Amino acid sequence: MQKGEPIIEVEGLVTRFGDNVVHDGLDLTVKRGEVIGIVGGSGTGKSVLLRTILGLKTPDAGRIRVFGIDLAELPEEERRLHERRWGVLFQDGALFSALTVAENIQVPYREHLHLSPELMNELAAVKIAMVGLKPAAATLYPSELSGGMRKRAGLARALALDPEILFLDEPTAGLDPIGAAAFDELINDLTETLGLTVFLVTHDLDTLYATCDRIAVIAEKHVILIGTIDDMLLSRHSWVHEYFHGPRARAAFAGK
Amino acid sequence: MRIVAAGDWSIVHLDPIDRQLRKLLAAPPEARRAEIDFTDISRFDTAGACVLARTATFLRAGGLAVDLKNISEAQRILIDKIGRGGVPEPVIHLSQPLYIEFTGRVGEAVRAIGGEALGMLGFVGAVVVTAGRTIVHPSRFRIVPFMHHMEKAGFDALPLVCLLTFLIGAVVAQQGAVQLKQFGAEVFTVNLIAIIFLREVGLLLTAIIVAGRSGSAFTAEIGSMKMREEIDAMRTLGLDPMEMLVLPRVLALIVALPLLTFVANIMGLIGGGVVVQLMLNMSPGVYIQRVQEAIGFWTFGVGLVKAPFMAATIALVGCRAGMAVSGSAESVGAQTTRSVVYSIFLVIVLDALFAMFFTAVDI
Repeated sequence: MQKGEPIIEVEGLVTRFGDNVVHDGLDLTVKRGEVIGIVGGSGTGKSVLLRTILGLKTPDAGRIRVFGIDLAELPEEERRLHERRWGVLFQDGALFSALTVAENIQVPYREHLHLSPELMNELAAVKIAMVGLKPAAATLYPSELSGGMRKRAGLARALALDPEILFLDEPTAGLDPIGAAAFDELINDLTETLGLTVFLVTHDLDTLYATCDRIAVIAEKHVILIGTIDDMLLSRHSWVHEYFHGPRARAAFAGK
Repeated sequence: MRIVAAGDWSIVHLDPIDRQLRKLLAAPPEARRAEIDFTDISRFDTAGACVLARTATFLRAGGLAVDLKNISEAQRILIDKIGRGGVPEPVIHLSQPLYIEFTGRVGEAVRAIGGEALGMLGFVGAVVVTAGRTIVHPSRFRIVPFMHHMEKAGFDALPLVCLLTFLIGAVVAQQGAVQLKQFGAEVFTVNLIAIIFLREVGLLLTAIIVAGRSGSAFTAEIGSMKMREEIDAMRTLGLDPMEMLVLPRVLALIVALPLLTFVANIMGLIGGGVVVQLMLNMSPGVYIQRVQEAIGFWTFGVGLVKAPFMAATIALVGCRAGMAVSGSAESVGAQTTRSVVYSIFLVIVLDALFAMFFTAVDI
């Protein structure tokens, strides 16, 4: 597959919860190799969109194609095969609490591949180093980790199988500014070296600015605007304007 | 020495390659230079990079000059990134000899029991102090939660308690009748049911049901509040969680359990009565009369006197386990299990102690 071709295509997506329509005919295309940031006010369905693309929620109408395939139409077995091609970092890491960090990272190896224990340990150590955790973190349980470390460990698990797409749900929420900046840098590093496509749901203006190639704004049940930071800054839409010209945005973009 | 890497070096196909390389490095051939040829690699990921970086590092450590031939820019970045800190140390799984593990666990368990006993004592003390304060200032007593828990732990448990005690009463009567018939003493089935139910089984059964139903609920309720920092929030607002959460539950159960026990006793007697009528053809009127002859006030009293103590035990254990929840959701589950196990254990121990006491005072 070539860089720049569509890797996630969402067409006419409709999702509702009871009478509450979250998305109404939402279209979105993500290109291979880009970092796309999804922004929108609270309750506009950013995380719902992410869960729908992942197949955790069934869309009420519309089509979703990932890797050019409509996964919902595939039989279970084949879908599982494609699901290995993405990695997901949930908001609080979603590590399995009964397993250590290293064992968490090794879960996909154990389930999907046949690797020798030495190689698995080595790979776990590589991933742990890659996300910036200390080697000693390998034998710790999730309850013994801080919030930032849990996110890093969750990221290491998401990266275990070298996915083509990385889904990140609010990766910097709850991190201190230094930790958040390190996380931004980590995402940039990974996309550069691994050629990842990153689907990033976030509220963090600094992260948007530091990492995203394009930004999609969800409002009024659609993607109302998609483009670079500069496009966002030029937009006349009231919510977009307020978001990217508010006091926090000015602080985030100052001097950049 | 020349290593030609070709084809798919992604994690899916890496295991045989890795074994081959390890075998090679275990007995490295005599050489001064090594060349790793990247030309024909079709797929390459971090796992492949990890294996090759390790190989290169190992060869360099052996004094060889390692040349990575035809490596692409992306591959170099990946290898550099992984090799940056040298080959990472393998993940160590701590394991100890069995005897250390075993003695360690025993020691830990003993310490935990000691700590638990002390903690429980402290908690009982705190509840007593709170109760004392409430007696001095009766207006501080939370009547609404008290009634709420009476309803949830007491009234709502009625169907279950009734059904189970009715069935156990029937089973005891049936078994008793069959056994006693062998001695021609089947009329004493009534004594058996009446005494065993009023003294022991009615209360014990009710207490165990309540421990499983309400003791666990207390732990889960208070535990999830603890987890969401609601209890800390109460404290910062100047509210006493002992007064608001623990005392109403403890008192509600102390009132509710004797009432439930009374109902359980009656249901057990009815269950026994039904079986007695079916198996021994004893009419209800005769049955009631025989029950009256079989028991005295203290047969009934012994059962009921124990009830508040068991109620207090169940509620205190449940509330304390809830307060002991720390942060995570799994700790709520663990504490709930503990609370049920401890309270049932203590209920039975308490019953045994009471049995010794009542034997000693000849009741």
